[in-house]
Amino acid sequence: MMKEVSILLRKEILLESRQKHALNSLILYLVSTVFVCKLCFRAIPDPGSWNALFWIIMLFSSINAAGKSFVQDSRARFIYLYSVASPQAVIISKVLYNILLMLLLTGIGFLVYLVLLGNNPVQNMPLFLLNAFLGSIGFSAILTTMSAIASRTSNSFTLMAVLSFPLILPLLMTLIRISKNAIDGIDSSVSYKYLFVLAGINVITAVLSYLLFPYLWKD
Amino acid sequence: MNIQKNWWKLLASLLLLYTVIMGFAGEVPARDILNETIRNLYFHVPMWFGMISLLFISVIYGIRYLNKGKAEDDIYAREAAHTGVTMGMLGLITGSLWARYTWGTWWTPDTKLNGAAITMLIYFAYFILRGSVEDEQKKARLSAVYSIFAFVMMIVFVLILPRMEDSLHPGNGGNPGFSKYDLDSKMRMVFYPAVLGWILLGVWILNVRARLAKMEEIVLNNDLEMKEL
Repeated sequence: MMKEVSILLRKEILLESRQKHALNSLILYLVSTVFVCKLCFRAIPDPGSWNALFWIIMLFSSINAAGKSFVQDSRARFIYLYSVASPQAVIISKVLYNILLMLLLTGIGFLVYLVLLGNNPVQNMPLFLLNAFLGSIGFSAILTTMSAIASRTSNSFTLMAVLSFPLILPLLMTLIRISKNAIDGIDSSVSYKYLFVLAGINVITAVLSYLLFPYLWKD
Repeated sequence: MNIQKNWWKLLASLLLLYTVIMGFAGEVPARDILNETIRNLYFHVPMWFGMISLLFISVIYGIRYLNKGKAEDDIYAREAAHTGVTMGMLGLITGSLWARYTWGTWWTPDTKLNGAAITMLIYFAYFILRGSVEDEQKKARLSAVYSIFAFVMMIVFVLILPRMEDSLHPGNGGNPGFSKYDLDSKMRMVFYPAVLGWILLGVWILNVRARLAKMEEIVLNNDLEMKEL
């Protein structure tokens, strides 16, 4: 099982490194969005809005990135995967791969956001980064399953967003709450219960994805 | 009518008759601001109990479908979601009317209201998902998976969010819930039967809708066979 997962994960990374345009387009999407925001807002003096805008940008980029995780597999390749790998290994490797992708995007997104929008209001940087790390895991767990559902339908692109938005809201509200605390420099101990909630949401969504994916997989 | 099988329909009718009579004509405590709107307790709150019960039934049938793959279970899951959403919409309307007369606004971005709105969004997405798959079995499977995922996330949302922010809604953030108003327990005597009555009515509607849907399917299949002949 572990071996299967690691092989599939390596396959994903290898494919990505061979078709760099896919990853580059995601990064460009992210940078352009931040730039559009910069030109529209000029400056955001209110830390609350600064925070909310950052997470909204990350939400859209993540949905865009995760939406590709099953769509790009052609039908023939899907049947091949189906015959050689177990569904559990496939979902674990896809979620792990998306976690790496989300971490990369969040990292780049945060840097670009800081550089372009200036005036860094974050006072408790370790908490902010920990929050962003946990958030990337949660995004990946929810969005990978939604992408698996959406990819089996006829209008997968719109459906991906429609299915994901309401489900991702609990996660997003918790993320925004914690990072607002980090921005205001409130002591980390106040945010512990929210971090606990965040970890809980991550575990629940990961377990649900693991249990439900085999039913999406067979055709 | 077979009483042994359909006693609960009779019970639902009697409970709702009692609710409507006692709800509009019964004695309620006179309170500032709330005044007569306190009667909304018998109509607005049970809608949410009904909605959650029906959505729960929908998820149970979804799980059953994934286990056994019987088309009938999918019909029940779909119709339960339909009925649940209808009750949710009625809950939104009755709540909105109530808010107009007590808070002075139709809608306010409050955690409980947000939770209700998100539940509606989730289930609208569920119907759109159903609409965008042609194959019946695939449709049933995908929507069952989504409804299980969505129901769990909805429960998480309803449990977590009100604890994170204050709410204007009765029963939250220092605002008295109905339990403070009914120390004489007169309202309880109407409220609990009302909840049971509305839930039973929801199940009844589900029952009728599912039977109708099954019949439509049979008629459709017969038509197809006739055409082939």
